[in-house]
Amino acid sequence: MAGSIKTNTPPRWLLAELTYACPLQCPYCSNPIDYARYQAELSTEAWLRVLTQARKMGAVQLGFSGGEPLSRQDLPELVKHARDLGYYSNLITSGYGLTEEKIIQLKEAGLDHIQVSIQASSQELNDHIAGTASFEHKKAVAHLVKKHGYPMVLCVVIHRENIHQMAEILAMAEELGADYLEIANTQYYGWAHANRDLLLPTQEQFVKAEAIAQAYKEKVEGKMKIYYVVPDFYEDRPKACMNGWGTTFLTIAPDGVALPCHSARELPGLDCPNVNDYSIEEIWNESKAFNFFRGKDWMKEPCRSCDEQDKDFGGCHCQAYLLTGDMYNTDPVCSKSPHHGVIQDAIDAAAQSSLAANEKPLIFRNSKNSRLLS
Amino acid sequence: MPLDLDQPLHFSRTHRLQWEEAQQKQVILYPEGMVELNQSSAEILKLCDGTRTVAQIVSDLEQKFATAGLTNDVTAFLEVAIQNGWINQN
Repeated sequence: MAGSIKTNTPPRWLLAELTYACPLQCPYCSNPIDYARYQAELSTEAWLRVLTQARKMGAVQLGFSGGEPLSRQDLPELVKHARDLGYYSNLITSGYGLTEEKIIQLKEAGLDHIQVSIQASSQELNDHIAGTASFEHKKAVAHLVKKHGYPMVLCVVIHRENIHQMAEILAMAEELGADYLEIANTQYYGWAHANRDLLLPTQEQFVKAEAIAQAYKEKVEGKMKIYYVVPDFYEDRPKACMNGWGTTFLTIAPDGVALPCHSARELPGLDCPNVNDYSIEEIWNESKAFNFFRGKDWMKEPCRSCDEQDKDFGGCHCQAYLLTGDMYNTDPVCSKSPHHGVIQDAIDAAAQSSLAANEKPLIFRNSKNSRLLS
Repeated sequence: MPLDLDQPLHFSRTHRLQWEEAQQKQVILYPEGMVELNQSSAEILKLCDGTRTVAQIVSDLEQKFATAGLTNDVTAFLEVAIQNGWINQN
């Protein structure tokens, strides 16, 4: 590994994707389409080492994610190690299979907070999107999370199938006593990219839903914090992806591959390193993958001469790759991009699909579909 | 939530105040977020231990740093802190 840069900021956020196994089948999952190809999972020992090394560099926010992180039997051991090291640890879970006993066990191990995802405000739609009957259990879990003194974060991913429920989703979150509600408009990577025609709402739907969410934000101020993740297809500037490549975020995939963002596995030629072969410090400072889009040398026009390049760093490389075929291009969400038209094309295609009498069905995220598509 | 001058203040049970060696700073940690504190903010928050009111925090700080006239600055910060949910009363 060559090309060491000594002025790197250290990682602050570590996303530990413990497993790709998941009882749910959400069609907007951000895991890679071909996840079924990556069967290997890191050992407990390797995870403990990763946590220690990343913490030493300065990582402090830790997300245990997946797949469903609860399917790892060593989760309490990892949580305890994280607490001993001083991480603030977040469990990002579907809630499926989470019992009161487990909630207590994880609290005693030092877990700081639990984020439960709910797919919709009605049982029928939740269970349809999740691909699993899980609605009532998720609500029970949300109550238990509160009961045991965790800050409760509810996460609802928004798309065309549930955007009409915005008002009911907000009311449900308040009723469940959520301290934080994350309203995450779908980002179109992984499975969501494959299902985009069926998931992308119209601008009219977005505008209406956002107005409802913003009004609610004021109503519950001081009681429930609402994080609203904007739908970047309807913005004219891209998001500052990952706060800048290799500046803040470090994702470790279930098989030990280190990624500068959780979608980066989709990009060609990064040669992402594995924690079984290198230390976190080597990976962060010296690997090809983490230096790939660091700084501005990679930029083409219009980013190269743009006065907003320090604000959004050219946007998202995965989006540039998925929508223009070239990851060095400006994120086409930017209205300055010569490829910006692909965004309108995507919006039009989705609108047409919703009107078609024989709309194709959603592709659910499961191992069978993963093998078929990869 | 307005600041009650008569009630003692305590640090939030759903946030964590912690020294970060890598940053050489006190930080507040909460779900998916972190606030980096300057030294004076950290000193104020450390005194929010459930026993002191605003006036007692001010007098403790004035004594510790051998100074006077901190009331306005400390109160202004505590108002921000209570708005953000970093501290509570009752």
